[in-house]
Amino acid sequence: MSTLKTFLLRVAASLLFLAVPVLGVWTFVTAEANGWWFPLNVSSYGGEIDYLFDLILWMVAITFVLTEGALVWLVWRFSRPDSSRAVFSHGSHKLEMIWTAVPALLLVFIAFSQMEAWSKVKIAMPDGTRPDEPYTVEKPLAEVYASQFDWRFRYPDAEGNFEGADVVESAYDFYVPVNTKVLVRLRSRDVLHSFFIPQFRLKQDAVPGMEIPVWFKAEETGSYELICAELCGWGHYKMAGKIHVLPEDEYEAWLANARTALYSNGSED
Amino acid sequence: MSSSSLPTEPLGLAPSGTVHVSHDHHEIGFLKKYVFSTDHKMIGIQFLFTGLVTLLIGGLLAMGIRWQLAFPWTEMPVLGKLLFPETGGVATPEGYTMLFTMHGTVMVFFVIIPLLTGAFGNFLIPLQIGAPDMAFPRLNMLGYWWMWPGIILMFLAFGTEGGGPAAGWTAYPPLSTIESAAPGSLNGQTLWLLALTFSGVSSMMGAVNYVTTIVKMRAPGMTIMRMPLSIWGLLIAALLQLFALPVLTAASFMQIFDRVFDAGFFNAPDTLVNNMSPEVDLGTAAGGHPLLWQHLFWFYSHPAVYIMVLPAMGFVSDILATHARKPIFGYKPMVYSLAGIAGLGFIVWGHHMFMSGLNPKVSLVFMTATIMIALPSAVKVFNWLGTLWGARIQLTTPMLFAIGFVAMFIIGGLSGIWMASTPVDIYIHDTYIIVAHFHYVVFAGSVFAIFASIYHWFPKMFGRMMNDTLGKVHFFGTFVFTNGVFYMMHQLGLAGLMRRTADPYAYELYAHLQPLNQFISYCAFALLGWQVLFVFNLFHSMFFGKRVGRNPWRANSLEWSAPSPPGHGNFDHQLEVVRGAYEYGDPEAEEDHLPQAVRVS
Repeated sequence: MSTLKTFLLRVAASLLFLAVPVLGVWTFVTAEANGWWFPLNVSSYGGEIDYLFDLILWMVAITFVLTEGALVWLVWRFSRPDSSRAVFSHGSHKLEMIWTAVPALLLVFIAFSQMEAWSKVKIAMPDGTRPDEPYTVEKPLAEVYASQFDWRFRYPDAEGNFEGADVVESAYDFYVPVNTKVLVRLRSRDVLHSFFIPQFRLKQDAVPGMEIPVWFKAEETGSYELICAELCGWGHYKMAGKIHVLPEDEYEAWLANARTALYSNGSED
Repeated sequence: MSSSSLPTEPLGLAPSGTVHVSHDHHEIGFLKKYVFSTDHKMIGIQFLFTGLVTLLIGGLLAMGIRWQLAFPWTEMPVLGKLLFPETGGVATPEGYTMLFTMHGTVMVFFVIIPLLTGAFGNFLIPLQIGAPDMAFPRLNMLGYWWMWPGIILMFLAFGTEGGGPAAGWTAYPPLSTIESAAPGSLNGQTLWLLALTFSGVSSMMGAVNYVTTIVKMRAPGMTIMRMPLSIWGLLIAALLQLFALPVLTAASFMQIFDRVFDAGFFNAPDTLVNNMSPEVDLGTAAGGHPLLWQHLFWFYSHPAVYIMVLPAMGFVSDILATHARKPIFGYKPMVYSLAGIAGLGFIVWGHHMFMSGLNPKVSLVFMTATIMIALPSAVKVFNWLGTLWGARIQLTTPMLFAIGFVAMFIIGGLSGIWMASTPVDIYIHDTYIIVAHFHYVVFAGSVFAIFASIYHWFPKMFGRMMNDTLGKVHFFGTFVFTNGVFYMMHQLGLAGLMRRTADPYAYELYAHLQPLNQFISYCAFALLGWQVLFVFNLFHSMFFGKRVGRNPWRANSLEWSAPSPPGHGNFDHQLEVVRGAYEYGDPEAEEDHLPQAVRVS
C-alpha cells in the first residue's frame, strides 16, 4: 500500500475509534435535554436508585473514556509504519496484579453499595412500626390482580377481608394516598405480568400461584402510568393502568364513595 | 485406493504423539465431499454457510421488528407481504410477538452458536492442535445434520396453523405452556421446543468431539499451555455446553410434557386463562411453579451467553497478536480469565430473575457473583490493550474487526454492571438497556469476531484472499451503523421503554421516543444493506480472489503450516511443536514470526 493510503487509513481508523468515547459521552450529556433520560422520580426510594445509577455511571464513564481513549491512542501510535520489530514482551506480572486488584476492589465496593437500597425496597416490608406504615403484608391496602390484558385493584373491607360484598374493585384506575407507605399484594390470574411504574422506580413480576408483597411511598400527587413489563401475550403492549396519587382526605373520600356505590348496586340482588 | 488409511474413516482416539499424514488426495464423489462429508474442514464450511444464511433470516426478522417500532401499524415494505399477508403487510400484535421470538431464537441457537463453535470450532480445532481430523468424524457429520431437523422445525413452527411461537426466546410459562394463553401456543410452541432439542443435541455432539479432540489428539509438543487462545475459548465453551445443555434439554421435555400431556411442571394451581375453568383446559390446573422453568432455562442460557462469547474472545486474541506482530500480552491471565468467566457463569443465572418473585435475599448473592464477572472480563480487555502497546499494528480487515470487537466489548461489559446491581435493575430490568447490553456483547462482540475470523481464516479455507479494500469499507459502515442502532437503545432504556412491546407510543411516557426509534431503524436498515458488500466479497473471492500460499499473514499457529486449503489429513509433514503460538517480533529470530512447529519429516 502506498504511504499516503496507509496514512489515511490510520487517520480514518483512529477517528472512527475516537468517535466511540466522544459521541458516547456526548449522547449521555445531552440525553436529559433530548428526553432520553429517566422520567422524574416521585417515590421515596426512587432517589436512592437514581443515586446508585449515577454512582455506577460515573465509575463506568471514567473506565469507558480511559479504556476507549487508550485504544485510540494505541491504534494511532502503533500503526505507524516502522521497519523495526514490535516490543518483544509476553506480559507483566506487576501490571496483571494491578489491573486485577484495582477493579476487584471497585467491583466489591459497587456490590456492597447496592445492598442497603435493595434490602429497603424488596426485603424489609413495612410492618406498621412507624406512623407512615398503616399497611402491612397481613393488611395490605389492596390486591393488584393482573390478567390478560388488564389490571384490577381490589380494596378489602374494613376487617381486611378480600372476599365478600364490601370489597371494592377498580379496573385500570388505581387510587392511593400520598406520603403513605402503600403495600399491595401482587397476584396474577393467568400468565406472568410485571407491575412497572417508571416514576416510582418500581417493578415486580406478578406470578400465578404467588402473592408477592410490593410497597411504595409516592411523594407527589398526580396520575402516573402503570405499565406491564413482562411479555404476557399479544395484548402485552396495551396492558396499561393509571395510578392516581391523591391527598389523604381525597383518597379516604374516594374509598368511602366507592363503598357506598357498592351498596346501592348491591341492593338490586 | 492407496494403502494409506482412509481419512474418511473414524480415527478413534489417536494417542497424542501420532500425527496422521496424508500424502495423497483420493477422488471422492461430490456428495461425499460436499454434502455427507466427515472432513472437519468441510463440516466447518457447511456450518459457516448455514449460519450465514440463518443470520440473514434472523437479520430480516430484526428489520420487521424495527419497522414496527419506527412506523407502528403501517404497511411493512418487502417483508410485510410475506409475513402478514392477511392484513396487507401490516404487522399484527401477535405477529409482532412472533417476530421477536423468532429473531432471538434463530440468532442464539441457529446463528451465533453454530457459527462460533460449529464453523470455527470445526475448522480450527484439528488444524490448530496439529490433528488430522476430529476424534469422531462421523459423529461430527451427524452433529451438522442433526441441526437441520432443528432448522426445519423452527420454520415449520413459525408458519404453523394458528400462529408461531409467541412467548419470547425465553419461553416463560404459563404463556408458553397453556394453549389458550397465546395464539402461538398451539402447535407452534411444541415444534419450537423440539427444534431447540435438535439444536441442543447437535451442539452436544460437537462439544463431545471438541473436548475429546483437544484432550487426546494434540500434536507432539503441543502442551496445553502452548495452545492458541482460540482453542482455549472453544474448549471452555464446549465444557460449558457439556454441563449446561442437559438441563435445557430436560427442561424442554418438561415443557413439552406440560403442553402435550398436561404434566403441570410449570403451571401453578388456580391459573385461569381466557376465563376458562380449569376443567376445560386441563393444562391450567396443576401443582407446578412457573419459576421452575426460569431457573432451568437460565441455568443453561446464562452459560450459553459465554458459549457465545468465549470462542470469540479466543479468535480475537489470535487475530490481534498476529496482526500486531507481537506476542499476546499475558497468555496465562488470558487463559485463567476465560476459565474464570466460565466458572462464575454457572452461579449467576439468578440475575435474570431479580424481578421474577425470586426470594430477594438470594438476589444479593447472585448480584455479587454477577458483578465479579466484570473482573475477568476487565482483565481480558487490559491484556488486549497491552497486546497493542509497542506493537506494529497492521490495519488489515481482520485486525480492524478485532479491534472493533475490543472497543464494543468494553461497552457491553460496562453496561452489564447496571443490570447486575439489583436496585438499579428494578428500574432498567426488561427495558431497552438490556437489549442494548446483550447486542453489544453478541452482535458488536461475537458477530464482529465472526467477521474478523472469516476475513482472517478465509485464505486457509479457500486458498484465496478476500478483497481487503472492500473488507475495510465493509468494516467502517458496519461499525458506524452498529453503534447507531445499539448505542441509542441505551437511551430508550433510560427513558424507561420496555422491550417486547409492539406499540410503545400508546403510552404518554414513550410518545416522544418515536423519532429516536426511527433513527435506530434507519441505521438498522443501513446495517443490513451494508452487508451486501460482505456477501459479494465472500462469493467473489471464493472464485476470483488472489491465490495465496500457506501463510499469507506470516502467522505462527499450526494451521498456517498446512497447505491452503489443507487436504484430507490436514498436514503434509510430521510436526513437532516447540513453542507457544505467539512468538512474534523475537529480536533473536531471523524473521518477525517463529512458527509453533518444526518439521520432523
